[in-house]
Amino acid sequence: MEQAKKMNMKDKYNAMTGDLGWDFSYKTEAEIFPLSDFEGIKIEDWSKWQDPFRLTMDAYWKYQGEKERKLYAVIDAFAQNNAHLGVTDARYINALKIFLTAVTPLEYAAHRGFALAGRALPGVGAQVASQMQSIDELRHAQTQLHTISQYNKYFDGLHDPFHMYDRVWYLSVPKSYFEDAASAGPFEFITAISFSFEYVLTNLLFMPFMSGAAYNGDMATVNFGFSAQSDESRHMTLGLEVIKFMLEQHPDNLPIIQRWIDKYFWRGYRLLGIVGMMMDYMLPKRVMSWKEGWEMYFEQNGKMLFDDLARYGITMPKFWEQSVEEKEHLTHKLWLTFYGYGHAAAFHTWIPEDSELDWLSEKYPNTFDKYYRPRLVYLREQEKAGKRFYNPSLPQLCQTCQIPMVYTDPKNPTQRVYRESIYKGDRFHFCSDACKEIFDHEPEKISQAWLPPHQIFQGNCGGATIPDVLKHYHFSENDGGEFLHSRDNANWNLWKGLTPDEEAA
Amino acid sequence: MAVKAAYENYSGPNRDAVENFHGNQLVYIGWDEHMMFACPGAFPLPPQMPFGALVKDVVPGAFSQHPDFANIDWNKVEWLLDGNAFKPTLDKSLADNGVNHKSLIRMITPGLNGINNSGF
Repeated sequence: MEQAKKMNMKDKYNAMTGDLGWDFSYKTEAEIFPLSDFEGIKIEDWSKWQDPFRLTMDAYWKYQGEKERKLYAVIDAFAQNNAHLGVTDARYINALKIFLTAVTPLEYAAHRGFALAGRALPGVGAQVASQMQSIDELRHAQTQLHTISQYNKYFDGLHDPFHMYDRVWYLSVPKSYFEDAASAGPFEFITAISFSFEYVLTNLLFMPFMSGAAYNGDMATVNFGFSAQSDESRHMTLGLEVIKFMLEQHPDNLPIIQRWIDKYFWRGYRLLGIVGMMMDYMLPKRVMSWKEGWEMYFEQNGKMLFDDLARYGITMPKFWEQSVEEKEHLTHKLWLTFYGYGHAAAFHTWIPEDSELDWLSEKYPNTFDKYYRPRLVYLREQEKAGKRFYNPSLPQLCQTCQIPMVYTDPKNPTQRVYRESIYKGDRFHFCSDACKEIFDHEPEKISQAWLPPHQIFQGNCGGATIPDVLKHYHFSENDGGEFLHSRDNANWNLWKGLTPDEEAA
Repeated sequence: MAVKAAYENYSGPNRDAVENFHGNQLVYIGWDEHMMFACPGAFPLPPQMPFGALVKDVVPGAFSQHPDFANIDWNKVEWLLDGNAFKPTLDKSLADNGVNHKSLIRMITPGLNGINNSGF
């Protein structure tokens, strides 16, 4: 018997991706892929799909398996060596709490989303890429859960991330971004997640955050970051490929895609403000400011990307100038907001030390000393006098981004921006022209938003008082509030043998 | 414009319809130039509540921690309702004052502009 010739890489890729599709005999394509055309995206020829990685399933399993073995060996070593004691300061863990309680459920949501997209998209190349990404995202959720489980033994606030994700007021911000995408059609989903989130914005999530983890001695996070990084570069490549493929397939696709880019750029930017707050306020050793990060990753790299896409007719996302105008105000506002609502958060807040205030002055010379340092100093004095400030009211939220209505006009930074629309006789409120425009385009959808303060008043969150609601969130009494008086801080000082004079802030 | 959906006549429940608030309506109250309160507060209030009761019973709970609060001259407060200047009648109800479900009330206190006049 003649032995079959060994296939080269290209043949193997074709055999194990393109050839996995088959022709339908007793159902029409429209019956099998019912979600493929309602968005208006026209695909003439799926065989033009290019997978730059040419990764086949068998190679995928082999690579991922090797990464897993390395990762879990490191996590075991971390646990055995009490490596949680190696982080710079217990304040750092609070940045990690936000990251892990917000991003880990997002990874899982992405796993589900790509499984659905892989089923809904008719082209076999896109199906295989979606399947791999779906499995990647599940793996990322798992590796982050192992990191959560490690830190959860020693620090408060990490005990119930998936329960919290479905209920907690600030976690509704990332959740609503993802559910907006996942409840759209497959092309909008893949534009929102693969292009806008993974390609345009994820550098700002992973680069400063993973560098921040390394700077702050958090080797558990650095390890899941490294383990995810090679997947992320594949996801980013998919994001760019998807956009170019759709644009090359039919000229009618351009305005639809441009609108999605505009929408998810803005929604993603609003979401990333929370990462900016972590960079500027929560890392004891700082990597770069939000302003520097935004300039490097969006104003420079992002602009190059959109210059490259200009040949297809794509322009910079609408309202990008607003993100630049806000860059010297954004993180200060958000930190002060969380500080005021610190009694209803599952992480701790605090006023930075003087050296940290000086760092902020240096990074934000036009705004920090003028507007924000006096506020922080006032709040610190109040705290020292036993009058730690907490905002007693539930916040008014933006209907679209679900962030409290805290944004101000950069030209007049003590005046908030208020926008509203009337839809079917009811009033809806927005933090920005961009969030209003997103709503006005799809009021049928966004009028259904599950806004946590409103849900509390409707009686759907365990009761009418803050303790009732925090119980409904599964918060423990030690999860939130002022860092200085937290169990985390007390334990840290005990483990490290620090006296009150040596401790932070 | 309208949402593109996989089937015709797509719509969903208006999650925050006034009927869902057990006889109350939502009212948002903000205090301009006092950024200590990062955003307006949200309150479920009966539409029959007199505006004067909102001033006396709701507003202090929201804002009295601020040192400016004790110095407010209530006769000089300027009010905005849904972006327009308005003069509330204190003994009339919210509804009769034109405060509807999800209306935004903003308080402006001339001469009181936050800690050291900083807008905070």
